[in-house]
Amino acid sequence: MSTVPPSPEERPALHRALGLTDDELARIVEVLGRQPNELELALYGVMWSEHCSYKSSRRHLRRLPTAGDRVLVGPGENAGVIDAGDGIAVAIRIESHNHPSAIEPHQGAATGVGGILRDVFTMGARPLAVMDALFFGPPDDARQRWLVEGVVSGISSYGNSVGVPTVGGELTFDPCYAGNPLVNVLCLGALPVERLVLGRASGRGNLAVLLGSATGRDGIGGVSVLASAGFSGDAGDAKRPSVQVGDPFEEKRLIEACLALLDAGLVVGIQDLGGAGLACATSETAARGGVGMDVDVSSVPRREPGMVPWEVMTSESQERMLAIVTPEAWPAVEAVCRRWEVRASVVGTVSDGGEGEGRLRVRDAGAVVGEVPAASLALDAPVYDRPMRAPADLESLRADDPTTTEAPGDCGSELCSLLLDPSWVYRQYDHQLFLNTVVGPGGDAALLRLAGPGLPPSERGVAVTTDSAPRWCAVDPRLGVALVLAEAISNLACVGASPAAVVNCLNFGNPEHPEVMWQLSETVDGLADACRAFDLPVIGGNVSLYNETTGADISPTPVLGVLGLVERLRHRPPPPATSAGSTVVLLGARRAAGALGSVPGHPLAGSRWAVECRGRRHGTLPSLDLEAHARLTRLVASLVAEAVGETVGGTVAGAVGEAVGGGHGLLDGVHDVSGGGLAVALAEMAVAGGVGVEVRGIEGHAELFTELPSRVLVTTGRPGELLARAHAAGVPAEVLGTAGGDRLVVSGPASTLVDLSMAELSEAMAGSLAKRLEAA
Amino acid sequence: MSARIGVVVFPGTNCEHDTVLAFERVGAAASLVWHTDERLDGFDALVLPGGFAHGDYLRPGAIARFSPVMGAVARFAAGGGPVLGICNGFQVLTEAGLLPGALVKNRGLRFVCAPARVRVDSDRSVLTARIEPGTELQIPVNHYSGSYVCDARTLAELRDAGRVVLRYVENPNGSVDDIAGITSPEGNVVGLMPHPERASDALVGSADGLPLLRAMVAAAAAVRAA
Repeated sequence: MSTVPPSPEERPALHRALGLTDDELARIVEVLGRQPNELELALYGVMWSEHCSYKSSRRHLRRLPTAGDRVLVGPGENAGVIDAGDGIAVAIRIESHNHPSAIEPHQGAATGVGGILRDVFTMGARPLAVMDALFFGPPDDARQRWLVEGVVSGISSYGNSVGVPTVGGELTFDPCYAGNPLVNVLCLGALPVERLVLGRASGRGNLAVLLGSATGRDGIGGVSVLASAGFSGDAGDAKRPSVQVGDPFEEKRLIEACLALLDAGLVVGIQDLGGAGLACATSETAARGGVGMDVDVSSVPRREPGMVPWEVMTSESQERMLAIVTPEAWPAVEAVCRRWEVRASVVGTVSDGGEGEGRLRVRDAGAVVGEVPAASLALDAPVYDRPMRAPADLESLRADDPTTTEAPGDCGSELCSLLLDPSWVYRQYDHQLFLNTVVGPGGDAALLRLAGPGLPPSERGVAVTTDSAPRWCAVDPRLGVALVLAEAISNLACVGASPAAVVNCLNFGNPEHPEVMWQLSETVDGLADACRAFDLPVIGGNVSLYNETTGADISPTPVLGVLGLVERLRHRPPPPATSAGSTVVLLGARRAAGALGSVPGHPLAGSRWAVECRGRRHGTLPSLDLEAHARLTRLVASLVAEAVGETVGGTVAGAVGEAVGGGHGLLDGVHDVSGGGLAVALAEMAVAGGVGVEVRGIEGHAELFTELPSRVLVTTGRPGELLARAHAAGVPAEVLGTAGGDRLVVSGPASTLVDLSMAELSEAMAGSLAKRLEAA
Repeated sequence: MSARIGVVVFPGTNCEHDTVLAFERVGAAASLVWHTDERLDGFDALVLPGGFAHGDYLRPGAIARFSPVMGAVARFAAGGGPVLGICNGFQVLTEAGLLPGALVKNRGLRFVCAPARVRVDSDRSVLTARIEPGTELQIPVNHYSGSYVCDARTLAELRDAGRVVLRYVENPNGSVDDIAGITSPEGNVVGLMPHPERASDALVGSADGLPLLRAMVAAAAAVRAA
């Protein structure tokens, strides 16, 4: 690898090689009042990359609502933070690591976990849970299996070793991800409210201390060359040197050392080094604090000899943090770091803001080798208003509706083809550390005790879910993302939680394609409207663009992480499972509102059945009644919350419970109806409970497979009481049948639609994924 | 006064807080011991919890056996003190020679985190004392290198002396003879791959680990009384 970029005079196209346009270069010249030298150009190259600057998406993201009573920190910091009560704050962040995972899946995914953890402990929070939303092409070819295996092993080896449980996630297979898989990682942490810190520098003369790993040449240009361009042909292999390598043991010690420093009040500000490395950490902390910073690259511990200043400044070597400390605190900082065997080096000092314009001055053994306004790197990147255009064939695509597609001869075998057991993935993740995981992977949402080392005692619970539905968003990005948010809220309700905040990871194709910008803009509007309707703030997010392969963009893939709270968590919630003798009740409408004439009662557009069983990807999505959805999810959340928080006859949180089992509340089982519709929800509940179900009066395959929103399947021993509760809450409710026996039987008006033995269902589900992945 | 349990922490240990919490749930006073400490005065029992002691890029526990605390652990064990190694702690105890055999990579070469049914096979250890042999417990496993191996002579010794304390009902990792946990000849040093601390509250799925933790605390209390 060449280590010295030629000066701009020698090679005018250097800025382009660094990912900057001619206009952007002109703007840099304007900011500096002169030509930048190669170091300065490298700094702008990484900081003005799409990945760091959000230059294509920023003007759209402003439309998202971000305020809320519980919000302590909103977007723009390393993680969003809400006040969860009892003196505990919860920090949450989601981020993509798509491009690195596409070319080196194990390290790409591993360092995705490492990066998101640093974003959370930077805020003073101990990382308590990770979730992963993963998207691949169909695992029927060897490359996809290599990607799945690599990504899962990367998350497993890093997350398990660093000591943060992976408590849930999502797994989606679709041909649009074959050349560009998506790896989105969410991390949730918690902290005593008073430990909250922000990533800003202050105090002239304070020291900038680099903590953690030595700096090497790994990951140079990760944000610009790699993350802010699409893939074409075999170019991915050539980009492999831009992928970083993770060291979870280093990260583990870094977490403990940083939390110890924060607990002791030894740091003024702290920031992780992720994308764009030291360039980003120094300029962002300085810009946020309105100060300048002097950095000497010769003080930065190196992993290899011969590195030049621009490489040191832009390296994305992992497991590093930048702490701002007073000179008086430095000996104590050194002592903490020594205990945890974490390297700590003073690499710079905070300098005056001077007329509101702090300078980032880069030195090499004292000599100034570059100097730029810090804020110009961090805040003054160009904001683009890229052209947008709805797809020309939008109307005809929406008219091409699969709802009237011929009924299957055998609903049962098509149901079996839709069953997927993700346990092959999550068995490889430690999902139990910290003894908080009440509902782990495989549930509708993860439900955790809100507890951890150093937190004040609390009986509260925190729930979190990641949701997405690219098959909906591809048809209608605006309505699709609203439906995704609705599903996330349903998932939280199923574990008894009320939603409190949203984070989002917006994965899209090439922003230079007007249709992609239209998808992005529609998505932001759809999300903004839905968040306002549910009174939810967006407290953080990440945008990943250029997810394309040889010009073909992925389906728009907004992934939402939604955080929910449970007031009192004393018992396990009713499981998504059947129990013998229970009555099966559908909460929510049996058919679409206003269904007559051209409005189908059981729309199939965007459903897994239409897409996966029929290859029909278009049509018109079912509409979402925000009011009805709020009524339904409030009812479900309160029914479940009553069960998990019940005081009588149970154990008290913090004390020891010896008996597992429900028996609390009105519900025996509860499960959200989503992908695959009623058919999949019934089958999943039957397999989980080991008890069959008999359901009568289903109108046909469309009712079985429709993904009409706002529906939750519950089982109860007291149906009369439940129907009365639903009626009082203004929620439609209907008895569908009873649980019992060892078959799943669904009968229609004239004939039997599904009749499968538990053995057939279990066979279809258990190991379905393992069989596909481990096929030779 | 409650029994005092020292929980040994290496820099990459990650189950130390869970282990402390679980032992507090059964009435012990548990506190952390840093791996560079060379004195273990005042403890009635020691626990080496799960995690990745020094990153475990080499064989798990291969570096931990050289940590300064291990000399004191060995002396404590030689004096008859109860010592429990859970998961990574079991790996460290075998590397340190305090228990025979070794833990190698799982059959199938994948990490496995899942509930496991185990059967108590012998009550001749500080972890299983007074628990009826044959009792089945549901206790999670969480490891990549949890497959127990040893030579034929050692296996015969372990079997004949009732030193196999726990066996898997369904073997999750390929361990020889379904071994999930073993003990020293005197029964005071025990290693097991399943995590009893993760089965200490029904709220998170199982409380089946409590009898094991209580047995350990009783052994510690007996040391204290002696």
